[in-house]
Amino acid sequence: MSRTPLHRPSPHESALGHVTGRARYVDDLDAPPGTLVAQVVPSPVAHARITRLDVTAARAVPGVHAVLTAADIPGVNDIAPVAHDEPLLAEGEVHCVGQAVAVVVAESYAACRAAAKAVVLELEPLPAILDLEAAVAAGSVQGDLHEMRRGDVDAALASAPVRLSGTYRTPGQDHFYLETHAALALPEEDGALFIHSSSQHPSEVQAKVAEVLGLPRRMVRVQVTRMGGGFGGKETQGAHFAALAALGVRATGRPVRIWLNRDQDMTQTGKRHPFYSEYEAGFDEAGHILGFKVKTWADGGWSMDLSKAILDRCLFHLDNAYYIPSLYFFGQVARTNTPSNTAFRGFGGPQGMAVVEEVMNRAAERLGLDPAEVRRRNYYGDAPRDRTPYDQVVEASRSARIHAELLETSDYEVRRAEIEAFNASSRVMKRGIALQPVKFGISFTHSVLNQAGALVLIYADGSVQVNHGGTEMGQGLHTKMRTVAAHALGVLPEAIRVMATATDKVPNTSATAASSGADLNGAAVKQACETLRGRLAEVAGTTLGVPPAEVVFEGGEVFARGGAGRKLAFGEVTQAAYLAQVSLSATGFYRTPDIRYDAKAGKGKPFHYYAYGAAVVEVEVNGLTGEHRVRRVDILHDVGDSLVPTIDRGQIEGAFIQGLGWLTCEELVTDAQGRLRTHSPDTYKIPALGEAPPDFRVALLTGATQHDVVHGSKAVGEPPFMLALGVVTALRHAVAAFLPAGAEVGLKVPATPEAVLRAVMGA
Amino acid sequence: MNRIAFTLNGQPREVVDASPNLTLLQWLRGPAGLPGTKEGCAEGDCGACTVVLVEPEALGGPAYRAVNACLVLLPMVHGRAVYTVEGLADGDRPHPAQAALIEQLGSQCGYCTPGVVMSMFEACYRTDLDEDWKLDDQMCGNLCRCTGYRPIRDAARQVAGTRPADAFSAALAEARPEPRALSYEGAGGRFFMPEDWAGLWAARAAAPDAVLVNGGTDVCLRITKGFEVLPALISLEALAPLRALEAHPDGSLFIGAGVHLSDLEAFARDHSPAVERMLRFFGARQIKNRGTVGGNLCNASPIGDLAPIFLALGAVAHARGPGGARTIPLDAFFTAYRQTALAPDEILEAVSVPAPPAGDVRVVAYKVSKRQELDISAVSAGLWVRLEDGVVAEARFAFGGMAATPARAARAEALALGKPWTEATARAAAAGLDLDFAPLDDHRGSAWYRGTVAKNLLVGFFLETEGGSGAPRLPYRPTGTVQVVAS
Ligand SMILES: Cc1cc2nc3c(=O)[nH]c(=O)nc-3n(C[C@H](O)[C@H](O)[C@H](O)COP(=O)(O)OP(=O)(O)OC[C@H]3O[C@@H](n4cnc5c(N)ncnc54)[C@H](O)[C@@H]3O)c2cc1C
Ligand code: FES
Ligand code: FES
Repeated sequence: MSRTPLHRPSPHESALGHVTGRARYVDDLDAPPGTLVAQVVPSPVAHARITRLDVTAARAVPGVHAVLTAADIPGVNDIAPVAHDEPLLAEGEVHCVGQAVAVVVAESYAACRAAAKAVVLELEPLPAILDLEAAVAAGSVQGDLHEMRRGDVDAALASAPVRLSGTYRTPGQDHFYLETHAALALPEEDGALFIHSSSQHPSEVQAKVAEVLGLPRRMVRVQVTRMGGGFGGKETQGAHFAALAALGVRATGRPVRIWLNRDQDMTQTGKRHPFYSEYEAGFDEAGHILGFKVKTWADGGWSMDLSKAILDRCLFHLDNAYYIPSLYFFGQVARTNTPSNTAFRGFGGPQGMAVVEEVMNRAAERLGLDPAEVRRRNYYGDAPRDRTPYDQVVEASRSARIHAELLETSDYEVRRAEIEAFNASSRVMKRGIALQPVKFGISFTHSVLNQAGALVLIYADGSVQVNHGGTEMGQGLHTKMRTVAAHALGVLPEAIRVMATATDKVPNTSATAASSGADLNGAAVKQACETLRGRLAEVAGTTLGVPPAEVVFEGGEVFARGGAGRKLAFGEVTQAAYLAQVSLSATGFYRTPDIRYDAKAGKGKPFHYYAYGAAVVEVEVNGLTGEHRVRRVDILHDVGDSLVPTIDRGQIEGAFIQGLGWLTCEELVTDAQGRLRTHSPDTYKIPALGEAPPDFRVALLTGATQHDVVHGSKAVGEPPFMLALGVVTALRHAVAAFLPAGAEVGLKVPATPEAVLRAVMGA
Repeated sequence: MNRIAFTLNGQPREVVDASPNLTLLQWLRGPAGLPGTKEGCAEGDCGACTVVLVEPEALGGPAYRAVNACLVLLPMVHGRAVYTVEGLADGDRPHPAQAALIEQLGSQCGYCTPGVVMSMFEACYRTDLDEDWKLDDQMCGNLCRCTGYRPIRDAARQVAGTRPADAFSAALAEARPEPRALSYEGAGGRFFMPEDWAGLWAARAAAPDAVLVNGGTDVCLRITKGFEVLPALISLEALAPLRALEAHPDGSLFIGAGVHLSDLEAFARDHSPAVERMLRFFGARQIKNRGTVGGNLCNASPIGDLAPIFLALGAVAHARGPGGARTIPLDAFFTAYRQTALAPDEILEAVSVPAPPAGDVRVVAYKVSKRQELDISAVSAGLWVRLEDGVVAEARFAFGGMAATPARAARAEALALGKPWTEATARAAAAGLDLDFAPLDDHRGSAWYRGTVAKNLLVGFFLETEGGSGAPRLPYRPTGTVQVVAS
């Protein structure tokens, strides 16, 4: 197929809209006259009994149309995605600073603020647990624990020549999508609602709004045109704000818009889960891991949200790319009086991998081996070294191949030697280099979610609308879906319009999450398009006088195989199909085959396949201030046969830098009352342009077709995030150069300049 | 004149009834119906709101300047030309800055993109992007959470300094200063923008409680973040005398309080390498395009970055009130946390930097923050010594982030005086900092970190300038503020 866009570079499908400012986000939409705005009245304290909540005075503030509390909810006061433990508006108690106590609906944000001040909220303080370690110590947990075991780990540890033990903490992280949460709720006839939401999960928004209002889901339609970033932060949480706006519509009869300013967004919403782990590990003298015992706790915040699945994914990635002969893993979600933590790119995976990477680093340092070599020696390989801790077979692990190719292309050995020489002669500046592998499981680990639908409409003029269940948050999903559809129908991508995601086009969709958007929706779109192409082939075959199987669709033309004879325009065929009374719309549906997991036993096949990658990272550290820089990054990543390589490269680069932020500069600081102090970009520092390495080389693994996934491609959204763990290893290499030979490197994450200076000074 | 008049994307606009507390961003997204410009923070830290103003009196001639619309009050654009992301494309033909971004896949979610485009737009027409770091500086005020920046940098590099022969170049060539005097009242608020001293004193008499503002990069936060209502504001930005910027033959400098930091940066490249180095990592381009020298000093923040280097250079503040002018040594200017020695009716007119003494003078400015770009200092320092035969004859060690005001380190200076300038002396002097200061302790840095870094900076100062006088220029993307590359 010479004229297919598949596997070819393409700009982002909305790029022209982005650069001209014409692309609309929820808060940019022209709302009808009379639209009101809504704001949350947040809890000022971390834990208290509500002894009085009186909104009478607040309702009297000029410009205020409604002040709503739990008592005003007509349906169910619950917004939790899974556990039914999260009231939309507080009832009886508040459980964290920022929890919604009431919602004000008014003519302006200024009126909302004035009304919020006029709310009488009397609270009787209750003891609050503000951090994870305190929760673990106090036994404050929620949900079931999750265990995995293999072999006699205690015996393996006892006889291991090299033993390590310690604790490790990975920090939280704010999503810092540039577009904060927003929703616009419009009343429709008969009490129905139409909601524009900035959400990764419109079907859940629909379901939750319906429950809160006591309506059947058919009365609520939700549309997501695009998000200004999501990263997991809008997987469940968009529903809160959409539901509050919907409540406002119910109370006032007017359209209601809700939009959070940055401080509100950062103080009222959940973040990446901090994890605290206690571990013991045993290695042989060659650096092979023999036994690994980890107990880990996730800081779920005050309610469950998705924490259980996030904890699970942490456990599924405590091995990263390494075969561990004997092990015991234990995980549990802790409960603290902080906003309920939620999905964030990697979904527990990064937190799990960080533990095993810390252990690999310490082992290498202890043994005086190159940390890259220690990793290589531990990769999954042939049986019996091909079983994960949960007994899924790792088929044809790509780690070793990627490792070898990347060492070569990044000139790792030569540079490592140069760095040693540089460090020997440089007093204030020291450098470090590291290779970081990643293996990441692809599929929702809650197996039922692995399904997707599509609806493709062809108009008689040959132009096409594609609807699918996935949402566009910048990851390029719509670009990929357009490519898949264009390929299947043999038309130019420009002939296709990918529609806003809408619950009245494709029902019962899963969140766009778990990196699965293109895999699942792509298969559904492909199926729908192929159905339609089959119908059109009949029509065209008649015209061209060949059997349908001999009809070729390519580049907007339809012709008989071989290219001889007449060429019909795609639009001619669709017009003919219309006249022949052939249906020009079709649905597609896909579910991932053959995945299952038995949580009790800790065994199964939770993943359809694994995505692989590796990064070589070089850093420099300033020994006087602890400031540091990434000098160069080389990434080799496995995206299968990339649907759109330019899009995948963007995902890889963006994920790496986001991971770099998590591990180096983003610091959530909470005070002794449980109030977030770093709640805006003034104090919460995500990477800026200068953090991007000046030399950033990304290559996609070639000859890497993934069977059983749409067009041989692989998921890409999350896996490269974890490549940034290499920054920590490289920093350790540099820090060690300041320390006496053999000294332990005590580097905490995030490795801020202060954390690095402490490590350099052994303080 | 009771109306705000300006041009927006080439079209004349007039606003009569808006509150002078309304930001340009709010006006664009609301009444003007142009939601292309985004809000990501309302505090100058993300760049999503970036728009471009024509600055007819920029150093070196009329220039496009990217600014944060979230920190510009609507009356501040009176007499100016404003461009937004909606105004660049020629029908369906994108501007080169837009085309480059599309080509490089510089947008993913697209929410940062309008701001990125506007920063690139300024870059297109700049004539002084002659070093790699300037391009990073140009773009570092635009946070992007999606792309990881590589494509944005590549796209910016593609168009930077290309100055396409288009309508925008033509408009720039024709830009002339417009009359800007304004005495505006709207929605219960007042805004004065005098053009001369008489106008200023009259405005102050008319509104004695009015808040003075220049670039507004500090003052506007009271409105956008603190939700304060400032009923009366007096803008100093049209006041011609505040824009003086002079280098005298003896090496002394006279810097008007209204000079924009981006202009000071360009000026300092030729006249004060230490000040240039300070400004290399100061806010972001958008902040430097609006923020002024006077605003930075009069804000009197303990973490204001210009103060330490000006203290180290022995600068003098020039104050002026209705009764006349006077000078105040900068040493005596910062009286307490966020307080200055200015009398209530005075303003800061300028700072002057004395001619450097002959002989062996070494001076560097340092800034340490969690993130190098667009971050507030944990510690900043201006360090200056004059040596006679290798012995410290004079020392001025000034620090920010170490006390309630930017301050000199008297004990540390005393410990260095009269000693041969060696690493041992620098270390001994550094030990004095423990007595000079009780550093701040907050989310930007613990007291331990600030104290330790301050001492290390003093040692680093010795090491970095060991080879001779003058502050070396920073390389492209330095790892940290102190550049001790070998030794
Ligand atoms: C995102 C961001 C980043 C920043 N980064 C930095 C940084 O890296 N380093 C740093 O030091 N600062 C930083 N700042 C602070 C600020 O930008 C600077 O202090 C700037 O120089 C202030 O100048 P301005 O003209 O905008 O001040 P304005 O906001 O106009 O005024 C500040 C104060 O000074 C007073 N004032 C202004 N001019 C005069 C005068 N001539 N006479 C008397 N009083 C006067 C005003 O009344 C007000 O109290 C940052 C601010 C933001 C928003
Ligand atoms: S909105 Fe973030 S800089 Fe203006
Ligand atoms: S493209 Fe999403 S923030 Fe830049």
